[in-house]
Parts: sequence; C-alpha cells; structure tokens
Amino acid sequence: MMEGDIMKDFQIIIGGEAGEGSKKAGMIIANFFNAYGFSVFIHEDYQSLIKGGHNFSSISVSERKVDGIRKEVDFVLALNEDTIFKHKDKIKKEEGVLIYDKDCTNKDFSAEGFSVVKVPLMDIVNKVEGISLMKNTALVSSFAKIIGLKWEVLEKVFEKELKVELEKNIEVAKTAFQEVETVKEVEVIGEKRGELTSGNEAVALGAIDAGLDCFFAYPMTPATGILSFFVNYKEVKTFQPENEISVANMVLGASYTGKRTMTGTSGGGFALMTETVSLSAQAEVPLVIALSQRMGPASGVPTYQGQGDLLFALNAGHGDMMRFVVAPGDADDAYYLTGEALNIAWKYQLPSIVILDKEISENTYTFKKEKQVKKKEAVLAENNISYNRYDGEDISPMAFPGGEAVVKVTGYEHDKKGVAVEDAEAIKKMQEKRVRKYEKLKQEVERMEAVKVTGSGSVAVVFWGSTKGVALEVVKDLDMRAVQVLIMEPFSKKQMEEALSGVEKIISVETNATGQLSKVLQCNGFKVDEEILKYDGRPFTVDELREKLKDL
Amino acid sequence: MENIVLPTKNTWCPGCGNFGVQKAITNVISEIGKEKTVLISGVGCHGKMADYLNVNSFYSLHGRAIASGQGVKMGNEELNVICSVGDGDAYEEGMAHLIHAAKRDSDITVVVHNNRVFALTINQATSTSPKGFISNTTPQGKTEEAINPLKIMLAVGAGFVARGYVGKIDHLSRVIKQGVEYKGFSFIEVLQPCVAWHNTFADYNERVYELEKEFLPLQEAEEKAKEWDYNNMESKIAVGVFYKK
Repeated sequence: MMEGDIMKDFQIIIGGEAGEGSKKAGMIIANFFNAYGFSVFIHEDYQSLIKGGHNFSSISVSERKVDGIRKEVDFVLALNEDTIFKHKDKIKKEEGVLIYDKDCTNKDFSAEGFSVVKVPLMDIVNKVEGISLMKNTALVSSFAKIIGLKWEVLEKVFEKELKVELEKNIEVAKTAFQEVETVKEVEVIGEKRGELTSGNEAVALGAIDAGLDCFFAYPMTPATGILSFFVNYKEVKTFQPENEISVANMVLGASYTGKRTMTGTSGGGFALMTETVSLSAQAEVPLVIALSQRMGPASGVPTYQGQGDLLFALNAGHGDMMRFVVAPGDADDAYYLTGEALNIAWKYQLPSIVILDKEISENTYTFKKEKQVKKKEAVLAENNISYNRYDGEDISPMAFPGGEAVVKVTGYEHDKKGVAVEDAEAIKKMQEKRVRKYEKLKQEVERMEAVKVTGSGSVAVVFWGSTKGVALEVVKDLDMRAVQVLIMEPFSKKQMEEALSGVEKIISVETNATGQLSKVLQCNGFKVDEEILKYDGRPFTVDELREKLKDL
Repeated sequence: MENIVLPTKNTWCPGCGNFGVQKAITNVISEIGKEKTVLISGVGCHGKMADYLNVNSFYSLHGRAIASGQGVKMGNEELNVICSVGDGDAYEEGMAHLIHAAKRDSDITVVVHNNRVFALTINQATSTSPKGFISNTTPQGKTEEAINPLKIMLAVGAGFVARGYVGKIDHLSRVIKQGVEYKGFSFIEVLQPCVAWHNTFADYNERVYELEKEFLPLQEAEEKAKEWDYNNMESKIAVGVFYKK
C-alpha cells in the first residue's frame, strides 16, 4: 500500500508483557475504528500468569462484518522485543508496518521487507513526566497518527477508556501524536455499527434484560468476566461464595424465593455443580449456568480455547433428567440466547445452560443487539393455602414462600405437595409429569431458531460456538452452506433436516479432538462425512479454515 | 396453636431423638409464624422433618442445606431461614459451607441434629462419633479423635453458639428461638441420641446440665466448649447459649 492509499480491511497485533497494558491499548485502537464506522473484532491471547510472559491482542478491522482473525498482519505494534520476534514473520511484505518501542531492542529490522517505525516511547513519556505504564498510550497514539486518524477522535476514546490519570495520558498521547508522520490514510466509512462488547458482557446484558435479580459465582477463567461485570452493576445482587458447590445451591435457594438467579463458570467449576444440576431438575427450581469452556481436560490450558465440554453439558447430572442447552457463537448470540436461557429456565423450571467458549467469552465484538431480549413471565399460581407446588399435568404453576401458600420443594421424588414418595404409582406419575413438560419444551424449541443456515451450497459446514465468525466468512467465499447449531438440547431434528436438505456432504468444524458436535449429530441421525478439528488451544484463523475446506 | 404437622407417615424409629428436635422446632415456628419461615433440610434421618411439617421447606442435598439456606436468605431477607441438618450432613459432606456461613455471619439459623453416627445408611462412624466407636465401617473401633464443633464455630467467629439436648425440650425450644431471633449467624447443636445405633440417652441424662448464665463472654465460652471433647465418657456436658456476640 502506498502513501495516501485508503485502507478498508486490515489486521493489527499489539503485544507486550503481562502488566504492560497491551490489552487496554488494543481496546483503545478498536475504539478508534469503531468510531470510524468499521466492523471490529479482537481476539485476546494471554497466559496464565500475572507479570511477564507474552500477551497480545489480534484486532481485525474491516468494512465488512468481521468476527475472526487472519494469518497475515498489516501492523505489529510492539511494547517489547518478544512481540517483534513472535509476530514479525506474519507482517505483510511491502505493505506491512512494524511499529515498536525504540528502546526495547537493538536489533535492526529494516531489511525484513516491511516498513519500520521506531518510536521513543519512554522519551515521550518522560517529556511530560509520566510513568512507564503510559508507554502503551504513546504507542497507540503514534499508531493513530501513522494511519492518519484525527486527534479529536483519539481524545474522545481516551476519555471513555481511561479512568485513571486521564490528563497525564492525554499529554503523553499528544506528544506521541506530534512525534511521528502519517504514512497511510484511514477515513471515516460510516456511522458506528455497535458497541464493542465481549461475549461475557453480552451474557450479562442478556440476563439483565431477561430480568436477572442475582448473580452468584466463584471466579474461573474464562467466565470470570461475567462476575466482574456484575460486581460493578448495582441492580443485580452479586455474591462470591466459598466454592462452586455452594454457588449452585445458593442459586437454587434464591430461585426458590422467586428471584431470577444465575451463575457463570468453566468446566471444572461446572463439574462441582453437577449434583445441583440434578437437584434443579428434580425439585423443578430453575438453575441457569453460563458454562464457558477452556482447553481441558482437568486444569488443561486455562486461558486458551477449547470446545471439549459439549457432551458433558448435555449429560451432566445424575438421574434421567431434562435440560435446556444453548450454544451462542458471538456477542449478539450470547446476549439473545442468555435471555432465552433464563426465560426458558423459568417457564419450564429446569436447568438451563449457556455453553460458551474462551473465544466468545473474552473476545471483543461489534455488538449490534440484533434481537432485543424481553423478560417472559413464568407460570405463576395464586399464593393461597390450597397451593401445591407440583400440581398439574406438565408445568406446575409457581408460588414463592412468604405468603399464605406453603411452598415445599425437594430433591426426593415427591407427590404434588412436595412430600417424598416411594410407591410405584406416585413415582411413575411424577416422572411422567416431567416428561410431558419436556415434550412441551420440545414444541417450543421448534418455534425458536435452533439451527441457523447461511448460504445454499451442496457442501454443508456444521459448527457451533466461536467458530461462527471464521466459518461464516470462509463458507461465503467458497460458496458452501453454513449450518450453526444454536440450541443443543432439546435438539431439533426437524430444523436440522431442513438445514441439510439437498446437501451432498457434511463437514463439521470444531475446536476439540474428538468431534463432539459430530457425535451429537450422529445421535440424531445425521452422518458427518468429514471433520475439521483443531485442538492446540488456538481458534481457527480465516486463512487456515479456508485452506482446510479447500483441501477436502 | 395451628397444627403444623402433616399427616405423612412418620418413619423415624420409635423413641428416635429426632422427634424431640421436631417438637422444639414446631414450638418455635408456631411462635414466630410459619408464613415468613423456611425450613431447609439436608439428607439423613433428620431431613425427613421437611416431609413431616406443613411449612415452607427446601429439602436440599446431603451437606448442602446451609448453602441452599443462604441462597434463600439472599433471595428474600424477610424470611426466617432455619437449616435443619445432621452431623454427617454438616460436619462431613458440608463442613466448608458451615464454616463459611459462620465466618461471613449469614443471617440464618443452623440446627444440627447430632446423633454422632450415620444412621440412615445403617451405622457408620461420623466425625463426632467418639474415638473407639464401633460401627459398620469401624469394626475395630474408630481410630480418629472426634471433632468438637462448638470449638470450631467459636474459632471461626460464629456470633451465636449454643448446644441443646432433646431430653430437655422446653430448654431446647428456648435456645432455638433465641437463635432464630439473633440477627446474624446462629449455630445450635442438638444432642440427639440414635436409638438404633448410638443410644446415648442414659449417658446424656446423667451428664447434661444447663448453663446458669444467659450466655458467656467469648473466652469463657471457649473454655466451656473444651469441657467435653466428644470422646470421653466422664465429663459433664453443658447445654445452653455458650456465646452470643
């Protein structure tokens, strides 16, 4: 790209040690482009440590919708030497630019084939007597100038994103802005398309719009962001108990009083909750769990991607029990489906799981709120002395303690009052009541969007979760058919049949080693012909998936 | 007084100590009113009380009643939450919940039916069975020392720590009522003989005595809690409110 060219699609990497603020800097850059009307997506790559190591944000910016990263990079912004060496080979020859802290290395990169801009970050910070952490401010501001962004836009973004030492940071940014020359040109392409939102934030927003009252959780990556969100959101009572077992049981306790309550965790925490998942099914007290997967088994690779908990989520909990499971693919899905998960849990009084993955939870999306979540009221009973908690043929109307009604819930098989039973007829009767309730839920799922189809090619690419972004982009380019499973349980065979009608070949794409979605499809009578699996903790890049699909 | 006992068939053994705890709890619920009260049960013989009483109840899982109860309280602060739990329940499976509820001063009342044996699963030792206790899983006698739950509760900062005995139902009812009325976490351990596997009635009748003072200052309460270590068969056993913040 020559000086003066107008850029419309590019990939940026900004990196440094943990603690240097590269993530914040990435977020600021994303905000610049969001203000300029671009679609923006950030993939966060960080390690399970507090200081040191190598953290980076991959930022995709495009005039078309973008929710995935590319292999080749237009700009690498380096706060340390490690970042340069880890990413310089991805920089596009001729067009690409490496921008780095002048003092972080004494190596020379001028013969690598891309442009190089050295910025004296510490000198800039020192000029205005700032602290070394402000080097990231100097770096993003230099970058903004290099690509010709307007100072007024920068200033607004800094004001929004920086809560501490704003004035000093603005001084640093101003100095850096004057230090470098513009070599590329980025222009405003339209109105802002949406809010930059992580999947975890979208989960929280969806839950709020569906009437969430309480959020209880124990921290666990990559679901911790939901807990952090609610701690700062006063309208939802937020609490962190001693472990996930306590969390799940507290959620049921609060739900029993009529308060919409949910939790968020990852695989290990969910494992501890499974006993209570079963209690929720038997007691018919709603239990809503956002389960964000990371690379397992066991502690696995805590801050990296994996989709290994699908079969676990579908089967967790002892006994012959029913549940609702949804699988969002990005922030918009996460918002809407979390709302649905809450509404369904309260209507059908059962466990409801939103299965996410590390990429959805922690990546940043241009969130448009395509479909508005609304709180749907549960089926309620009159609160009087003749109340029986488990009355009725399928859904038992709910009442909550505190009034005339005696409200009895229990983990034992029970009669309509909620008193334990052991005789054959009573056991059968209540089991059948729950089965009828599940049949009703299945019918409701048919009225919802359980499977989403894009395109009409004869080759279907079936996927779930965060693979959505790259899959949609690649499948469109290759004229294939994209099939995303949104509701995993109850599984809609009917919608899947329609989605696959006329298809000659089914290819599944997942970030696990055993093809868990393929197994779910197989159980439902759909044979997957080819599997593209990735299990190195990293998401697919657009280029990688394109190559793999072309090769098949 | 409204009869709050359901016509459900009662399956406790004749003479079971649980009848005494149920009597005391129904006395208290009748006084404070049942509309704003929720009984939370764990799993074990004690848990069946949830099926026997016509009151709001959450029949939780083994060991988890204290967690469920705290959730109920967070959901609706107006409710009196009485967690009726067993020793296997609260001192084994759910010990973490008990300690953390006490430490964080959750405004709930925990009533432990301590028969010092797993009864419903047919005679296995628990952490409060005395050293040397012969049971189906300790045929040679229990080798571990018993724990002293009162010492644990005082150590982690519980604001109301008491002990009662099913042989003294009026006294027990008064102690539970004080616990329910106490604003904050209240812990009441009830000595409750198991007529099938660990019948301690005769022993308790001889050794149990009521504390004279309404409650004790912390240091004195800690000393008093050491009087009986749950292992020996000689020392006196105090009942009453050991400590109130």
